[in-house]
Amino acid sequence: MTLQTEALPEGSNSQSRRRRVKANDRERFRPSTLGWILPASALLIGLFLVPTAYAIYIGFTNMQLLGPNAQTFSFTGWANFSRMIHDPVFWYSVKLTLIFVIGSGIIAQTVLGMALALLGQRAHIYVRASVGAIVILAWVLPEIAVAFIWYAFSQAGGTLSTLVGHPGSDLLSTVPLLIVCVANTWRGTAFSMLILSAGLRGVSEEVEEAAQLEGASYWRRLFRVTLPIMRPTIMVNMLLITIGTISDFTLIWAMTQGGPGTETSILPVYMYIQAFQFNALGYGAAIALALVLIGALLSVVYIRQLRPELRRGQ
Amino acid sequence: MTTIELSQLTEQDRKHKASEQASEPLRRRTRRQRLFLDAVLALVGVAFILPLLWLLDAAFNQNASQAMSWPSLTLSNFHSAVAAGAGGAIKNSLYLAVVSTIIATFVSILAAYALSRRRVPLKGLLLIGIIFLTGLPITLLLIPIYVMYVHLGWDNSPFYTSVALAATSVPFAIWLLKNFIDQVPREFEEAAAIEGSGNIRILWKVVIPLALPGICVAAILTFINSWGAFLLPLVIDANPQNTPGALGIYEFMSANGRVEFGPLAAYAILFSIPVIVLYLISTRWLHGGFAFAGGVKG
Repeated sequence: MTLQTEALPEGSNSQSRRRRVKANDRERFRPSTLGWILPASALLIGLFLVPTAYAIYIGFTNMQLLGPNAQTFSFTGWANFSRMIHDPVFWYSVKLTLIFVIGSGIIAQTVLGMALALLGQRAHIYVRASVGAIVILAWVLPEIAVAFIWYAFSQAGGTLSTLVGHPGSDLLSTVPLLIVCVANTWRGTAFSMLILSAGLRGVSEEVEEAAQLEGASYWRRLFRVTLPIMRPTIMVNMLLITIGTISDFTLIWAMTQGGPGTETSILPVYMYIQAFQFNALGYGAAIALALVLIGALLSVVYIRQLRPELRRGQ
Repeated sequence: MTTIELSQLTEQDRKHKASEQASEPLRRRTRRQRLFLDAVLALVGVAFILPLLWLLDAAFNQNASQAMSWPSLTLSNFHSAVAAGAGGAIKNSLYLAVVSTIIATFVSILAAYALSRRRVPLKGLLLIGIIFLTGLPITLLLIPIYVMYVHLGWDNSPFYTSVALAATSVPFAIWLLKNFIDQVPREFEEAAAIEGSGNIRILWKVVIPLALPGICVAAILTFINSWGAFLLPLVIDANPQNTPGALGIYEFMSANGRVEFGPLAAYAILFSIPVIVLYLISTRWLHGGFAFAGGVKG
């Protein structure tokens, strides 16, 4: 069999090439390969794996930034976690994080991104190109610039305050969570728009045409044909938004520092405040672990949704 | 013109006219519908552009404030921004971005090449682990990295801050580069190996040029990520001389008890331009990135 394939002229069919590639993969492990992956491994082990393990350890100690427990900290078991369970600010922070991630991230960015992608499909090319460029520009700007723009925008006398008819009020102190959510949606929508327009292009025109011939209305086609086909794309998009939004710090910190009070203290902000302002590194690490847990739980939801597609792909 | 062509033409023409007559009201309706869609899209565009317009207005306006106003053009805001340290801070950002991009790109190319071409034990598990790391929030790593850096004496050092920033970009860069190198046909490497080229020479002369679009995209993404870095430098580099641009803007926002909108807008624009330029370059490269499949004729 092997002899036969080798007897064929080179590259005459794709099968022989595939077989050769497979043979390469099966080649024996060469020690020099270690040299190739060593630098990356060192970075990833030193700055991802060790810190992750260390974060778990710190979460079970009373380590402090300054003060008596900075040098000689001790293992305190579940103390940080039981403190967390009884900490009303922590639970408030969890609520804020969920609103921020699900409201301004998953829902607003996906819906707006999808609307832009659908409108773009049927709109005039110049309108689509210029609106697309504007939306993308908002996404490309450094986060600190976005924070500053929206800070100024929602000041008393700022453009947004004037537009909504409350020129005298500082929106960042009256509706702070709403403003940081709007800023985050403004900044992040381009990502969904790009991913979902690419997905829309992938929905075969024939499928759409077939549905059209059967006399289905636009909305019926959208909800019965297009969106179900795009479900995997939408799920991946939501997963990526979640990962990107859940650890967001710069935007909120620069706009409000988590305030007024704790009204915008999402978990990354609360962790920073506990660890680096109240010196409680141990408690901060415990909060960070809770954040990872929430992110993992949300991700599991999407991955469960994706499982049928993944299985079909195999 | 031959008769056949002529008859085809007239038939087409006739068909066209017939359809035009039949669907005249329908076409007018769809045209109106399209105008409506254009208007809705344009409205969204206006909502998105207003904040950007304010930024431009404030940066070039002598009397900049939080409100939009007709600008009396000036460059004095840019002078004030530079006087407030924008130049030095942007230089610090440039250092962090360049050094971390060099480190991340270098180690990622080597690892991605090995993962794409060589036999690596537990390769599948490693790749899944790398994807998992892509999603690990920096928030979790922040406290342990801070404690480790203080112990090692690596805090307050731009170089080691760059190393940490590089590490945060490496998982995604490896993933991206592996996919790009997977698409580079092996025939070139095999030919080079037959000619007696060594591994490093093959990588340098064959793989890197062919995967260059992917390498540029990975490098640009790392650069953009490090350029905007805020939280890591805030925590592990407290030396005011090392303040990068993002922190510089933040400190300038809260300095003197009052916000100077004009100079801050100018600062934000100066800080944003490099990223915008790089984004434009990277989209060019990404489109070019799928062209090299034609390098081998099957």
